Amino acid sequence: MTAITQEINNPKTSVTASALRDPDWLKYGLIAVALSFIFLFLCLPLGLVVFQALSKGFGAFLSALSQADTLAAMKLTLLTALVTVPLNTVFGIAAAWSITRFEFKGKSFLTTLIDLPFSVSPVISGVIFVLLFGMQGAFGEWLSDHDIKIIFAVPGIVLATLFVTFPFVARQLIPLMQEMGCEEEEAALSLGASGWQMFFQITLPNIKWALLYGVLLCNARAMGEFGAVSVVSGHIRGLTNTLPLHVEVSYNDYDVVGAFASASILASLAIVTLILKTLLEWKQGTR
Amino acid sequence: MIKSRLIQIVVSIFALFLSSQAFAERTMLNVSYDPTRELYKEYNPLFIKHWQEQTKETVDVQQSHAGSGKQSRAVIDGLEADVVTLALAYDVDQLYSKARLIPENWQTLLPSNSSPYTSTIVFVVRKGNPKQIKDWSDLTKDGVGIVTPNPKTSGGARWNYLAAWAYALKHNSNSEDTAKAFVGKLFKNAAVLDTGARGSTTSFVEREIGDVLITWENEAYLVLKEFGQDKYEVVTPSFSILAEPPVTVVEKVAKKNGNVDIAKEYLNYLYSKEAQEVIAKNFYRPIDKEVAAKYTKQFPDIELVTISELGGWNDVQKKHFADDGIFDQIYDQGK
Repeated sequence: MTAITQEINNPKTSVTASALRDPDWLKYGLIAVALSFIFLFLCLPLGLVVFQALSKGFGAFLSALSQADTLAAMKLTLLTALVTVPLNTVFGIAAAWSITRFEFKGKSFLTTLIDLPFSVSPVISGVIFVLLFGMQGAFGEWLSDHDIKIIFAVPGIVLATLFVTFPFVARQLIPLMQEMGCEEEEAALSLGASGWQMFFQITLPNIKWALLYGVLLCNARAMGEFGAVSVVSGHIRGLTNTLPLHVEVSYNDYDVVGAFASASILASLAIVTLILKTLLEWKQGTR
Repeated sequence: MIKSRLIQIVVSIFALFLSSQAFAERTMLNVSYDPTRELYKEYNPLFIKHWQEQTKETVDVQQSHAGSGKQSRAVIDGLEADVVTLALAYDVDQLYSKARLIPENWQTLLPSNSSPYTSTIVFVVRKGNPKQIKDWSDLTKDGVGIVTPNPKTSGGARWNYLAAWAYALKHNSNSEDTAKAFVGKLFKNAAVLDTGARGSTTSFVEREIGDVLITWENEAYLVLKEFGQDKYEVVTPSFSILAEPPVTVVEKVAKKNGNVDIAKEYLNYLYSKEAQEVIAKNFYRPIDKEVAAKYTKQFPDIELVTISELGGWNDVQKKHFADDGIFDQIYDQGK
């Protein structure tokens, strides 16, 4: 905290020559533009979501949230996040480790591959799984013969989410671990630490804030993903609708309160994420 | 300490999931199209009660709703529907031709072309009918904003399009060129083309776009019920089309799930008096003559053309809605 206050009290810009400074009207003009943009496109829609959710009173809001289908959607969303986030955390650490600590052929190609889910449209990600595991797809016959359900069931939803949220943790860790270098780890090893000891006592403490930050973003996306999940879900009520899909279903049922009540849950999740994110950034900054 | 807390949390979350498992002995899945949400919401409890009385078994019926074409595609790709209840026979046919999930003669397995209810296409206008829309010919006038889904993606929209087409043929001594021009002019007036019937309704009602919504009769009366008779009116044209939304057991899937008996009874029971009442109350035209007689006020008797008079779905699909078919031609001209 003290570091931040100091910076505010003695901004480096104060020594800049006035000729180099922007005129006041430009400064305040830009601030006004930015603020009104934020208000129009962020605060106003968010406010409307809450307003619509409460439009028939708090009781209607609560009863919309306690409907069986809504609860089932929340559970499915939680389950999906509960499976995908730990898996992608482990994967992210492993990927970041191998990329920053080893030299091997095709390393830059691997780094590019990790980013793939960011660059393809989520709908494509969904269709990939339909093409692979759908009845007409590559493994469709085999899966059906062995009575394994992937697509249009919970495994498909988890897989699609796993794919879409793949890069978050690795993307956070790679730059940090590159910058850190491996001197501390080498020192630990040379003093006789085992591999796991080194990881838990040296590496993990060093990367923990960035790791948490990645996990947080991964979780937010896992709970909010719509496109890829929509393709593989099959929209069975109370069974394969996640919260974002449930918002669409309720809206199309003319159940405005229900739709916006579910939407407000997602929105509040986003706000909690933002607050945690800010806290983590601040932690990282003061470390 | 932290570890045991974590385990506690994980265990309680899993308990939460387990607790939600349904108590039903068997569950079946009905994959349906968009506007039937309210109908099956009311029919399913009726059927569950009926099945319990018959067999003492508790079953649960799950629902999935989306555009008819999209649902057909999903079932082909492996969505495990025990029964499908879609908007038009062409979409059900695909289950045979693309994946052999049903027998070729599926439409002959249940009475009245496997359609336990029919519907037709009508108009919804804003209260007082400010643009004085009475019939199909009023839809081609300049300055009339039309809301309809896109025939490329929506089953309902194909019925809309074909009703307009048949009307034009009838009033112009069957001249296809005139009909083409008529339908072309109509779609030029389209203010928005949504992907499904429900999307069009929300455009018309909640976003207040356009002067007239062309839609299913059942959807039109639902608009009055949900959004108020003081705001909208239903206009029934002089002539329309007989829409027969078909139902069928997806035999291959039902067999695999061991649900053939429930699935068959689920559809058969749709033809019963009790179910036909529910159907009429949800603004579908019942097949049962006695039930239909009770609701004649709600369903005005107008001249209805059938799909077979227009050549059957396979021909119609190829001629009008395939790539570079008549719909593409008129729509490209309109742009």
